[in-house]
Amino acid sequence: MIENKNRKSAWIAFVIVLLFLALVIVLDQIIKPTDKMYMLLTVLQKGSVYALAAVSMNLLNGYTGLFSLGHAGFMLIGAYTYAIFTIPSTARDTVYQYYDAAIRISFPEIFSGALGGFGTVLGVALAVILAGLMAALLAYLIGLPVLRLKSDYLAIATLGFAEIIRAVFQWSKLGPVTNGSNLLKSFARTSTFKLNLGGSTVSLSTFVPVLIATISITVIVLIVNSTYGRAFKAIRDDEVAAEAMGINLAKHKMISFVTSSFFAGVAGATMAMVLSIAQANNFKSAMTYEILLMVVLGGIGSISGSVIGAMLFISASEWWLRGLDSGSFLGINAPGVFRNGFRLVVFSVAIMIVVLFFRKGIMGEKELPDLFRKRKKAPVKEAAE
Amino acid sequence: MSLVRTVLPYIISGISVGGQYALIAIGYTMVYGILRLINFAHGDVFMVAGLMMVYLTASLPLYISIPLMIILTVLIGFTIERVAYKPLRTAPRMSVMISAIGVSYLLQNLALYITGGLNKNYPAIPWISDRITVLGMETTRVTVITPFLTILLVVALVFLINHTKIGMAMRAVSVDFETSQLMGIKINNVISATFIIGTFLAAVGSVLYFTNYPGVVPTSGAMPGLKAFVAAVFGGIGSIPGAVIGAFIIGICESIIKGLDTILIVNGAITEQIGLATFSDAFTFILLIVILVFKPTGLFGEKTTDKV
Repeated sequence: MIENKNRKSAWIAFVIVLLFLALVIVLDQIIKPTDKMYMLLTVLQKGSVYALAAVSMNLLNGYTGLFSLGHAGFMLIGAYTYAIFTIPSTARDTVYQYYDAAIRISFPEIFSGALGGFGTVLGVALAVILAGLMAALLAYLIGLPVLRLKSDYLAIATLGFAEIIRAVFQWSKLGPVTNGSNLLKSFARTSTFKLNLGGSTVSLSTFVPVLIATISITVIVLIVNSTYGRAFKAIRDDEVAAEAMGINLAKHKMISFVTSSFFAGVAGATMAMVLSIAQANNFKSAMTYEILLMVVLGGIGSISGSVIGAMLFISASEWWLRGLDSGSFLGINAPGVFRNGFRLVVFSVAIMIVVLFFRKGIMGEKELPDLFRKRKKAPVKEAAE
Repeated sequence: MSLVRTVLPYIISGISVGGQYALIAIGYTMVYGILRLINFAHGDVFMVAGLMMVYLTASLPLYISIPLMIILTVLIGFTIERVAYKPLRTAPRMSVMISAIGVSYLLQNLALYITGGLNKNYPAIPWISDRITVLGMETTRVTVITPFLTILLVVALVFLINHTKIGMAMRAVSVDFETSQLMGIKINNVISATFIIGTFLAAVGSVLYFTNYPGVVPTSGAMPGLKAFVAAVFGGIGSIPGAVIGAFIIGICESIIKGLDTILIVNGAITEQIGLATFSDAFTFILLIVILVFKPTGLFGEKTTDKV
């Protein structure tokens, strides 16, 4: 009975996700860059990147209770790996203008030579997966010493590692690989992703990042609902008790850390794809803090909460509150007050209010489907009385 | 001999930077000792102190603006504690840390709004920013004063903690929060006093620090703040002498790494620049990770055991 119910709700979720993806493709075609609503596409692109980053951070901070602040570092690795392996050979020398490029492999080129258009897609997909794997590998190495540390020490050590990664990637001696402190560009980016269907082109610039985020988040949801996920939650609630129940702490913490970093790497790759540049200087600890605030906004320990939090955060800062920066907001004209940066001030005050007074965030530990379930239950209870 | 000659200037500037970090690190270590909270906003309070100095000196003479800046910074520190940390006294530690990150985010964005993101030139303070010659090398007077002033302030602070009533209360609270409350110590006053002392030292540190730098930007507090925190962890968080020693070690190491290319070239170890200066910030964190792995409680930290 329960099995059936679960299967049914899984199907419903699957259909909803498919409908959403279809809607994204349609929106991608309807909205032109000159439209006012074009911001919606930007928000969807950036929002899906941050949603994935927030969900992967939530897996670690919210579900396993490991307070890690190294997310920006893993995203950086993802972004760079993706960028390096998708720069086309024709553009390589202009990108690496001060160095002699060491890595001369471009996945999309290799595969498109043999398989055509499908090969490009495969190449990009492989680069994204490789980005995740590189981040995961590094997370494994970092995790060996760091995961033994407790709460605050873990936070500060992972923060430190993110800073070290950033320094290494900017080191001039690694220039042939990372281009030193210069940015990487000209690689496969979402704005160039198109599908040719019998003469008409279908733009996929929003669909691709949304698709990557959707697939990744689905995988994370599956992990959270598996026995591993239950073990993570047990560790979060009480380490000693979890260990007494036979959970291998070191192993599960490592699995959580590596998985979270894998998806952070994928998020980094997607971010590079969306922004069409990769530069180490963008991945500062401030980025980790922003992602953390998204997680808090949505509710620590809720995956749909993280997605909502990230989408709200991005739409507020990129779109709805834009007016606060440019002179007029909600019809109020006050160029003196509403000047550059005011949006972020209003925004950070709002976040502080959430942190202080609505500590559970928007969703608490609930998921989106729980909300619908509750409504159904309430009338049943009344009837019983 | 040539090794000493080339390294010495970096050591001297390192000691000076270390002194500035020490003044910030004390704020971290005292707050952590009492609240078990990494006050992520402390570095940003330091930056705000720098910015206020810029704005105050624009209209007021120095002998008014420096004390006024210190008073205002202390007020900000006090207010942050009352508004952002006090309501979360019974909340899990993670919530308080998130609140601290939120305050840091708010302060940086506020500074960005007020300055418009532009670099604000720090006012030249007569006498301390004069150039002088020490041991055959030219430097600013503040470089020489900093370590002495730091030591003086630390000695005063240690005296305050060991020999006054409020100091005794602080020690009691840091040992056992609840028991000291039962003994009639007004926890909130003690915590406020801790924040006041911490921000006072950060304000003094900001004068010394920014005098040696071209200007203040909204993010200029983040890096010194993080490094000072690392210094506090390195020395054993909760221990004031530990934080000071950690800060000096980090300051000296950082300064030597900034000049390591030159030092190695002069001494014939390498023939060309290899860009090691990139790692001057990262090295601090390498040091942190090494100490956390081998001695997680830091140099002078007390051992704690987890009780089930």
